[in-house]
Amino acid sequence: MSTSDRDWDEGGPERLYVITGGRADSTEQADLDLVTLIVSREEPKAGIQPELAAILRVCRSPVSVAEISAHLTLPTSVISVLLADLLADGRVEARTPASSRPDIALIEAVIDGLQNL
Amino acid sequence: MVSRISDTVTEPRREDRLPSTASSAVKIVIVGGFGVGKTTFVRSVSEIRPLTTEETMTQAGAGIDDIAGVERKTVTTVAMDFGRITLNDELVLYLFGTPGQQRFWFLWNGLFEGALGAIVLVDTRRLEVSFDVIGRLEEAEVPFVIAVNSFPDATSYLTEEVRGALDLPDSVPIVVCDARERPSSRDVLLSLMRYLRTFVTTSEST
Repeated sequence: MSTSDRDWDEGGPERLYVITGGRADSTEQADLDLVTLIVSREEPKAGIQPELAAILRVCRSPVSVAEISAHLTLPTSVISVLLADLLADGRVEARTPASSRPDIALIEAVIDGLQNL
Repeated sequence: MVSRISDTVTEPRREDRLPSTASSAVKIVIVGGFGVGKTTFVRSVSEIRPLTTEETMTQAGAGIDDIAGVERKTVTTVAMDFGRITLNDELVLYLFGTPGQQRFWFLWNGLFEGALGAIVLVDTRRLEVSFDVIGRLEEAEVPFVIAVNSFPDATSYLTEEVRGALDLPDSVPIVVCDARERPSSRDVLLSLMRYLRTFVTTSEST
């Protein structure tokens, strides 16, 4: 099913544990949707954890959580934990998805956009 | 070495970047049986080459939800292809094509939550594989339309025959498409959106 030509990390859960500092609990994940847009507010500083630096570089323009996961080849739950850190000290900003109960204006905007394809 | 992150990270290509004004995103989920053309559909309308995201989830019934557990068997990885359409300077649409194992779709946190709706892609040669997912979408109250992917060697069904076979109410739109063709896939997305519009107009007028 996958069209990716790169292998996802096969290092197993141990590696993911190290990346997140052992935090996989949902309470330590930011409240983010797959399509929450993330934008960096600063460039990575020297000595920063490589995964956090990678996120800051990928998010120089707005990028969804799903795209960050794809670019870093890390599961979305791990990305969510890492983003919680970056959000907490303002190194990235999150632009929340449009409401799940769409109003007529949102629906019309999607229709207009599709018609221009 | 614990981390090889610098070897595996790709950055979005310049031409794939969203405008800096992009402020909100919506998503639509494409569901359907194995080999029915979900990824083909996503690829035909997406402005970027489809990407793959991944989630790890504990196997149901394992009774262990510690991702750090050294028993690797307790963790299942599910991958999903997705594409993107920039609708205007502020609004972006993401399309997620769900993987083969249907039981995982509804375990993926937030996949259907917040989704505008779903497109059930069906192959008339194997309509029966769609029963389960249609039932689950109905339970989860996710609005959906049926898109019949027209495979060349499939018997051409009338949409009303498909409706009967899938036991769907008259209100659910059924459209025929060719998932390889961008205009055709776009029209399926439009029929879902027009269907959603009827809900909003109905509820606002009552």
